[in-house]
Order: sequence, then structure tokens, then C-alpha cells
Amino acid sequence: MNMIEIENVSMRFNLAREKSESLKEYFLQMVQGKLHFDEFYALRNVTFNVEKGDFFGLIGLNGSGKSTLLKVISGVYKPTEGTTRVKGTIAPLIELGAGFDMDLTARENIYLNGTVLGLTPKYIQEKFDEIVEFSELKDFLDVPLKNYSSGMIARIGFAIATITQPDVLIADEILSVGDFLFQEKCEKRMQHLRENGTTMILVSHSIQQIERNCNKVAWLEKGRLKMVGDTKTVCDAYKQIHQE
Amino acid sequence: MKLFKAYCQDFFRYRYLLYNLVGRDFKLKYRRSVLGVIWSVLNPLLMNVVMVIVFSTIMDMRSAGIKNFSVYLIIGQLLFSFFNEATSVAMGSVLSSAPLLRKVYIPKYIFPLEKVTFSLVNCLFSFIALIIVMVVTRAPLHLTVILALYPLMTLFVFSLGIGLILATLAVFFRDIMHLWNVFTTALMYFSAIFYDPMGLQTSPSVLFLQKFISFNPVYWYITAFRGVVLDGRLLTSAEILVCGICGIVALIVGLLVFRKYQDKFVLHM
Repeated sequence: MNMIEIENVSMRFNLAREKSESLKEYFLQMVQGKLHFDEFYALRNVTFNVEKGDFFGLIGLNGSGKSTLLKVISGVYKPTEGTTRVKGTIAPLIELGAGFDMDLTARENIYLNGTVLGLTPKYIQEKFDEIVEFSELKDFLDVPLKNYSSGMIARIGFAIATITQPDVLIADEILSVGDFLFQEKCEKRMQHLRENGTTMILVSHSIQQIERNCNKVAWLEKGRLKMVGDTKTVCDAYKQIHQE
Repeated sequence: MKLFKAYCQDFFRYRYLLYNLVGRDFKLKYRRSVLGVIWSVLNPLLMNVVMVIVFSTIMDMRSAGIKNFSVYLIIGQLLFSFFNEATSVAMGSVLSSAPLLRKVYIPKYIFPLEKVTFSLVNCLFSFIALIIVMVVTRAPLHLTVILALYPLMTLFVFSLGIGLILATLAVFFRDIMHLWNVFTTALMYFSAIFYDPMGLQTSPSVLFLQKFISFNPVYWYITAFRGVVLDGRLLTSAEILVCGICGIVALIVGLLVFRKYQDKFVLHM
């Protein structure tokens, strides 16, 4: 069964060379005929499917469109052309701690962020201890988040996002923060989710991490899909080009 | 209709988020202030005292002909500041939640909705100030006070509609934020907060003012509210119609405009 179907997706951005942020500027530029945009395709005609239970890796250099693709899948961007279909719930980990309010305490943020992800307060209440335990931040629960280190914020973000059993989990290089102990813990958690039927999409620059976790990989280059297939084939081809 | 249903389903799923966001705003607004939420009452109360003193001593003739000027004034102040606050905060709401909208999918209208709701909650607290003023000035309590819910709720819908339009505009043209500020100041003088346009001496310019002011929806909400609370009368059919229609039209236009442009928001923030 296909959990995610990406069909011929293109994403175009208008890079306004002279960004007009006020009416006056806008009209001035329009009158002067200077109102031109540089079109930039972050994604071009990308097509692939992700099946249920896949641990899907996305690789590519910086600026190849990986993050854009994740945002299209999770619904943040609407593709300029093409369609995406996702079955079931998505837990997006585009950036750990997106939606945290730095002035609120960790306890308040757990509730706020949980509801951002569409959870009910009752459910969060039940799982509260589990979240706290996983993030190992019991002693700092009532401290405003602005006093936290980035590693601490990442932990709590990961703990909240993975507390449910989402149908699809999207992770964008989130495992690069935190120490190696926490990274191991996260990977373990993701494997556990996967055994229970969650489909994963992982973006990482660490090819070892991809090889260790994924069973399928897509390789993006300058917004186009260069290759998609099982991990070994794609990773070997990728390594051959980029490590010589 | 189908569109409306989709909105409702979305709303149902994210109702806790709305609740939590309002809670957050509330906590942050009063965190570390000694009197906290009491300021919601104290602020309009003190403003009212200042304005009553100003208008009953320096500019005495204006308050002539109004039965209970303090109550008359504070109703105008409260409702107008609700409208003003709700629309102004809703305007910047989408922009200020850009970091979140770029990372997670959330129905975007939740932010203007949240800000208008938060303003309403604030406004409800401020009604304690209205009660205090009514008690102090020994204003009689009429049963028709319950009817005040109608202008209040329709004003909420109206503000939400305007807020949605402004939030959309603000994403594309930041200038609107400054413009709106000027506009609401002008609007305040045409909302009859501290004078009664119908009680002024008739002259051509006053007739023009009366005509002009009757095109201001906010004036209708305030008048309807005053009618049921202060005069103890029922709502006139004109008030029911104008308040209701303005609210619904604003909301529909707001939703349509917002919906049309919401997919482009992330590209402009």
C-alpha cells in the first residue's frame, strides 16, 4: 500500500530581486517596470511513492530540495504543479521545537506543542510523564524555554512529536543535534515506531545513518530526482560521485 | 456549504490548539505584573474616570442630554477597544506566527481567530469595569441586559471577518498596519463614543454627520448595546438586521479572501 504518493511535483519560488514590502515601493517598481521575479524551481517533476512500513531516506547536497520536498509532503507548501497524497496522520519533525514559545515553561510548551500537532490535552496528560522521562529534563520543567540549551529543546521536541504512533513520521536532520547518547535513543525510538507500522522519511547528510536505518532511498540533485531505489544501490552510486 | 463543513471539521480537530493559544496569550500578557488580570478591569475603569472628568468639566456641552454619561461612555469605550484590539492584533497574527507556519501544517485561520477570541476574553473581563461603573452611578439594571449578547456576538463575528481580511493584506503589504492605525483613530471619532449624534442640535453639518455615522457598523453595535443595557429597551429590527448582516457579510468576505491567498502566505513571510 502506498502511504505517500508524490506525482510530478514541482515547486517554484519567486525570488524577488528587489523585494517590495510596501505599497509605495510596489507601485513605484511596477510603474518603472522593474517588478520582475527570478523564477527558481526548488523541485522539478519529482515522482515517487513511499509504501507502508518503509524507512525512506532522502539524500542530496545542500540546496537539492530535500527540505522543500518534506515541507510539500507535510502540507506547509502547496506544490506549484503536481499532487501529493498522504494517507493518515503526519508527525512533522522539520525542525525540533518549531512552535515552542520561548517565554513559556517546558510544561506549558508540552501542552501547546502537543495541540499544535493535533493531540488532545487528555492524551498529553496521560503521556506527560513519558515525555518528561524520555527528554530527561525533569528538573527543568518549570523553567522558561529561553533558558534552555538547543540540545534540551531538541530533546523535548522529539519526545513530544514521537509520543503518538503517527502513520508517517518526517524527520529533517533532527538527529544531528544532541549528543551521541541521545541520538542513539532517538534512533531506537524510531525503529520502535517503525516496527509498529509507522512509515518514516528521513533526511540526513550522514550517509552511514541512512545506510544503517533506511530500506529505500531517493537521491535529489538540484531539485530533480536523480535516483530512487533500495539503499545499497543508491548509496553506492551517491558515494561514487561525491567521494572521489 | 462543503467549504463550510471542511472549515468546521478542521476547527473541531484544532479546538484545543485554539484554547491553548488563548491561554498562552493570557499568561504572557500578565506574567510578572503584580496586579495581573486586574489590569483588564482597572485600565478601562481609569480611562473612564479620566474621560468623564475631561468631558464633564472642560467640554461640558457634549455630555448634555445623555442620561448617565459614565455608563454611556464606558460602553462605547469597551466595545470600541474590543473591535480595535481584535482587528489590530489579528492583522499581525499570521505574520508573527511565520516561524511556526513554515515548519508545521496548521490551518492558518486559527491565528486570526485566536487573537479575536483572546480580545473577546479580555473584553469580557473588562465588563467588570462596566458593572462597577453601573453600581457606582446607581444605574438601574434592566432585564434586557441579556440581549446585549447579540450585539457582542455579532461584533465578534464582524471583527473576525475584518481581522481575516487585514491578516491577508498584512502578509503582502506591511503598510496596512500603519494605515489601519490611522483608520481606527478616525473611526473612533465616528463611533459616537463620547457624544450622542442624535442629541446634537440640528444643523446641516450635524445632519450630514448623522447620515455619515449610520454607515459605520461599529456605531450600530455600540448603540444596540447601549439600548439594551442603559435604556432597558428591546433591540430594534433595524439593529438586529444591521448587526447580523454586517457580521455575516464581513465573515464570508474574510473567509473567501483568506482562503484565496492562504497558500501563498508561506512564500511571502
